[in-house]
Amino acid sequence: METNVFKRPQALTDTPTHYCPGCGHGVAHRLVAEAIDHFGLREHTVGVASAGCSVMMYKYFDVDTIEAAHGRALAVATGIKRTHPELTVFTYQGDGDLASIGLAETMHAANRGEKVCVIFINNAVYGMTGGQMAPTTLLGMKTSTTPTGRSLHREGSPLKMAELLSKLDGVAFCQRVSLHDPDQVYEAREAIFRAFEAQLEGLGFSFVEVLSACGTNMRMKPSDAQKWVANQMCQAYPLGVFKDDEA
Amino acid sequence: MTERCERKTLTMGNIAVAEGAVQAGCRAYFGYPITPQNEIPEYLSARLPEVGGIFLQAESELASINMVLGAASTGTRVMTSSSGPGISLMQEGISFLAGSQLPAVIVNIMRCGPGLGGIKPTQADYFQATRGGGHGDYRTLVFAPGNVQEMFDFTVCAFELADKYRNPVMILADAILGQMREPATLVPEHPPVEYDKSGWILNGAHGRPSRNIRSMYLEGDGQEELNYVLQQKYEQMEEEEPRHEERWTEDADRLVIAFGTSARIASTSIREAREEGIRAGLFRPITLYPYPKKALRALTKHIKKILVVEMNCGQMLEDVLAIVPQGVKVAFHGRPGGGVPTHTDILEKLKEL
Amino acid sequence: MGRIVINAALCKGCYLCVEACRKKHIEIDDHLNAQDCYPVREAPNTECTACPRCATVCPEAAIEVFHD
Repeated sequence: METNVFKRPQALTDTPTHYCPGCGHGVAHRLVAEAIDHFGLREHTVGVASAGCSVMMYKYFDVDTIEAAHGRALAVATGIKRTHPELTVFTYQGDGDLASIGLAETMHAANRGEKVCVIFINNAVYGMTGGQMAPTTLLGMKTSTTPTGRSLHREGSPLKMAELLSKLDGVAFCQRVSLHDPDQVYEAREAIFRAFEAQLEGLGFSFVEVLSACGTNMRMKPSDAQKWVANQMCQAYPLGVFKDDEA
Repeated sequence: MTERCERKTLTMGNIAVAEGAVQAGCRAYFGYPITPQNEIPEYLSARLPEVGGIFLQAESELASINMVLGAASTGTRVMTSSSGPGISLMQEGISFLAGSQLPAVIVNIMRCGPGLGGIKPTQADYFQATRGGGHGDYRTLVFAPGNVQEMFDFTVCAFELADKYRNPVMILADAILGQMREPATLVPEHPPVEYDKSGWILNGAHGRPSRNIRSMYLEGDGQEELNYVLQQKYEQMEEEEPRHEERWTEDADRLVIAFGTSARIASTSIREAREEGIRAGLFRPITLYPYPKKALRALTKHIKKILVVEMNCGQMLEDVLAIVPQGVKVAFHGRPGGGVPTHTDILEKLKEL
Repeated sequence: MGRIVINAALCKGCYLCVEACRKKHIEIDDHLNAQDCYPVREAPNTECTACPRCATVCPEAAIEVFHD
């Protein structure tokens, strides 16, 4: 008897994505959709999209979605979850959105313990606008606005959001994962499932930082971009569980 | 009406707005402290939980207005309030509300600017309120209450019209109206009108296809089409919503045009003028957008001298100049930066007309 | 033993699946798809263990995996 051991999740639509070949968004979308399927949340979820490449995620997720202004996804999520606590609410944000322009919203939503899930895609660069420096750009890394590389004395060091947020009392679950090989994707899947579980149990703010490759802006082919994430990103951003109130 | 008269209590303008929101069915408030509107969040922090509503003090006005957007997307009647600098910070969010076709009520208890300015009253946010305020081709419906009772009544109405048009509605008052106490009835004239929101709200795609709320339409002419949809709503507003008050206009040969606090002061000046045999009248716009153009044009058939009075350097003046026909003389008296026109100054200007 | 089904229309040609497969069961097609990419296909005379590493790394969720 043949069994289907891997299929496209129901919470994804059939629409082909607009993402570049090898972009991590596709995998991260699928993992979120798998969590929505797993917990039976397709008809009970609102996703909040942020400004950036993933702003069009409404095309790809077969759940209710709303588009937030740049950096304000967690304020929008707060408005939804506070008025409708029965809904499962997640935000899907890039590094510019969550860690730069939306830093205040991120810190305060986390500190209030808003019962929402945050999927934070850290690819060390501004993707949609064409590869400018992000708050998470690595030291020495060249971008279109740091032509000689990010300098500690000029731009400061990369913001480590998982470490920062794990210090806040309102955060129930906080983990950093990567998507650079199949085993890492399995880990990421577990983390995203636990983040949704934490919300369903009403534990508080749950946060998954996902290290992801932007091959296009790194000027690398997809497999090389994955290796770069494994070798460079994972060194600057250690993977692991930083907080888990369930454990 | 009898019941409304019997139940008058001495009420502060800001409290009338807050209780008006509750009576209108507002069940969520997000805001950030700023003088001179703090009584609104303070009152609602205790009052909303009594009716099963949500009160949350946000980390900033940026967060407030976007929390408002989130709550509005679920169909909840929701409000925020602020003043000058805070309203400026909210403009991006107000643009997103308009572009996403979401209803919300925003209260601006104006303080004088520009910049940090001060906490004295002003009407200098007229341009910001009536022109949309943020980026893009949009409008907010704007109410200008003139007394504490209207602070209550127009707030109730603001929630109804926000839902009717799926568009943000602003209450534009000033520090005097927010802080003054007058007898007012905190009971709506009629039960608040509700609108069916089931066709657009986000509540989890239960038993229906999933849907999306957004202001970005990249494909084809989608963005242009959205703008035409918005413009149709504004045309409908122009047709159905202009409100104004006229006093002493039947026999008037000259007219004061003023809103809010300025109109109250001008009323005193007009009474004094009439005692001296000067036949002055008052035209008070209640909706600043849509502006009561037709009513004003009708008056200018027999009134050819107009004095515009504002607590700014001439903002509504531009609208009046665009509306009245040639041959009508328009003079202006304004006080900016927290200055308040006196009834004697207005009387002098009336005589000079 | 296993079997994969590739939705070639969704494939953008990142070839992460080719690298992920330990059995060299996936190769690059020599015909362009509607997205102007050379999609992947099953390689002849190779086996699939239904592991399912290829589908796990596929950003397009374009691969389904079946196990006997």
